[in-house]
Amino acid sequence: MALRQAWQKTGKALNRGAIAPAVIAFARPLSTSADPIVLDIPVPFKGHNVEAPSQSVETSAQELVGFFKTMFVMRRMEIAADSLYKSKFIRGFCHLYDGQEAVCVGMEAALNERDCIITAYRDHCTHLGRGGSVLEVFAELMGRKDGCSLGKGGSMHMYNKKGGFYGGNGIVGAQTPLGAGLAFAQKYLKADGVTLAMYGDGAANQGQLFEAMNISALWDLPVIYVCENNHYGMGTAEWRSAKSPEYYKRGDYVPGLKVDGMDCLAVKQAVKFAKEHALKNGPMVLEMDTYRYHGHSMSDPGSTYRTRDEISGVRQERDPIERIRKLLVTHELASVADLKAIEKEAKKEVEDALAKAKESPAPDSEELFSHIYRKSYGSEAYGADRKEVTVKLP
Amino acid sequence: MVGALGKNFATFASRLRGGHGCDTAAAAAVWAVSKRFMSSSGESITVREALNSAIDEEMSADSKVFVMGEEVGEYQGAYKVTKGLLQKFGPDRVLDTPITEAGFAGLGVGAAMYGLKPIVEFMTFNFAMQAIDHLINSAAKTNYMSGGTINVPIVFRGPNGAAAGVAAQHSQCFAAWYGQVPGLKVLVPYDAEDARGLMKAAIRDPDPVVFLENELLYGESFPVSKGVLDPSFTLPIGKAKIMREGNDLTLVAFSKMVGYALKAADELAKEGISVEVINLRSIRPLDRETINASVRKTSRLLTLEEGWPQHGVGAEICASVVEESFYYLDAPVERICGADVPMPYAANLERLAVPQIDDIIRAARRACFRKEDMRQATA
Repeated sequence: MALRQAWQKTGKALNRGAIAPAVIAFARPLSTSADPIVLDIPVPFKGHNVEAPSQSVETSAQELVGFFKTMFVMRRMEIAADSLYKSKFIRGFCHLYDGQEAVCVGMEAALNERDCIITAYRDHCTHLGRGGSVLEVFAELMGRKDGCSLGKGGSMHMYNKKGGFYGGNGIVGAQTPLGAGLAFAQKYLKADGVTLAMYGDGAANQGQLFEAMNISALWDLPVIYVCENNHYGMGTAEWRSAKSPEYYKRGDYVPGLKVDGMDCLAVKQAVKFAKEHALKNGPMVLEMDTYRYHGHSMSDPGSTYRTRDEISGVRQERDPIERIRKLLVTHELASVADLKAIEKEAKKEVEDALAKAKESPAPDSEELFSHIYRKSYGSEAYGADRKEVTVKLP
Repeated sequence: MVGALGKNFATFASRLRGGHGCDTAAAAAVWAVSKRFMSSSGESITVREALNSAIDEEMSADSKVFVMGEEVGEYQGAYKVTKGLLQKFGPDRVLDTPITEAGFAGLGVGAAMYGLKPIVEFMTFNFAMQAIDHLINSAAKTNYMSGGTINVPIVFRGPNGAAAGVAAQHSQCFAAWYGQVPGLKVLVPYDAEDARGLMKAAIRDPDPVVFLENELLYGESFPVSKGVLDPSFTLPIGKAKIMREGNDLTLVAFSKMVGYALKAADELAKEGISVEVINLRSIRPLDRETINASVRKTSRLLTLEEGWPQHGVGAEICASVVEESFYYLDAPVERICGADVPMPYAANLERLAVPQIDDIIRAARRACFRKEDMRQATA
């Protein structure tokens, strides 16, 4: 692994970069250098109708420590959600992202506040990456007032318009034309940003995805289609649902890249490359080769269609957090003790957020009828028994 | 009629003074009188012109408004509703799409979420079924699911319901389907005034609006006042209009059926049945207040629609009146609807599949407990 570094131990204040605000709070004096380091990623990109970018990625100690912290918080959050679901604090659907953290964290390293992300229902960590807080994720999952959608959306419907996050979508594949629409608006308003429309290997066969790709290629929209290929669409392996599981090639006339989705730096490089492309030449497909440790959702043990050996094998060989830990330790950017300390603080952050979320009350009954419309003209809405409950909408 | 003429006179007199170079009141009177023999009152425009001018004006007023759909640009619109817009506003704001409803409807919703104001045309609402997930799950529900943070200011417009001889897959009325969904607004213009006022209101509205037009109405001319032609003219969403006042029966209709209702009312007046005709203008919100107030006056209700009867718009209106005004009713509430069949092609069968004036008259007499034209019985 080639390494060129020029750094000094200083107590520099962190610059914003793309690190989630929640994580800046516990920056440590060491390993905060923002001086550029170049690292080579091990797995090369595979290009389709495009020349792949270099395997040498520019980063910094600060960025790598940031990756570690953010992914660790995400991991703890998802594991806590697992327990919450099992103790029935969370109802309905809960689709966990642990294992896939490098995708959303690597993406954020190449994006800014002018860019937009839209994804499907496995959105808790994506929401966090766009500036959401762990508290509002937990509260939303439990259907409480302090949830990011006031408790009215749930696991699959988290949004942050100011942060450029458009959900959180429950209908498989529907988010892809929506993403093309976001990119259309960015181009129309000359916003100088791109949209990342994320979807899974299960959604990759949806007709509307190809309709979106066609229009976005025709109209040169600044959209990047990011296929998070975790190899299983619910219980169906990719080779059972796709004639061609080479998703980065499925755009045909839309160029594509296959990326090691367990490597933050590879993801960052790919997104940086794709963003430059999209702003000039229109859409691109990025296939992130990733993996989810949990089943499709909390009702799926995740082991009826794949072996436990496979799951533990990926955890052993390719875990995104462990990869960054090794990088930091090997290049002496952080000690094992430093990282343990970061983990401890991250755990505490998640626990504190959880405790606070549990105290958050359920929404008031009046919220049943709020936000149906942005503007209601005083029309009426009815409860189950309209003689009992009739409300004039605001 | 005199009042209408007087209004004409004032309108034409002022227009003449303004630009036609003829200054004398006498000349204006001659002009107004001759105009009276040419059209019933004032200026007349077609529904198509009303829609076109409304969209044109709103696009001029707000750069975020754009139009998208199949053949809306270079073809000038499949039904010429968007004629001239491409030439005026350019290809960045008037976009011809491929034949991919799910894709471009979703794209429109995404653009609206970001903050633009799309007008998405479906060549007919039959084709919108390919995109209906985006109308319901992506557009209608998002403001609610996001706790009020992401609204979707989009208009989906196009012809709805039966045309003539276009058969089963091209003739369905979707008013009842969309009217059921909280989060959508559903508008159903009848005449040119409705078309202008409701289209402008829809474009300005911050929520998703399903705007159900009618192909056979596009070419029909209606008189409009100067106020209607003003660029600031809008109509309130959720308010029905009483087209004709009456005392014996409330007849509620929307879109093309309003014309049928008015004709039926004219016929019924000859046999002494005074019909109050309500033009809904809005399926959602539904103006239950106007409907119930009318029924409390007339004590009889007849609803009229082209769509299928089961779970239709009329069913909702009847239920509402029975719930709110039961004790005012002197006769059972009734619905006249399209027949319970996929639309046939043969002209005679097609005629049987949609309401005719005779059907309305018969049902109105039934509500008044008459079997036939009472004038014949006493002859």
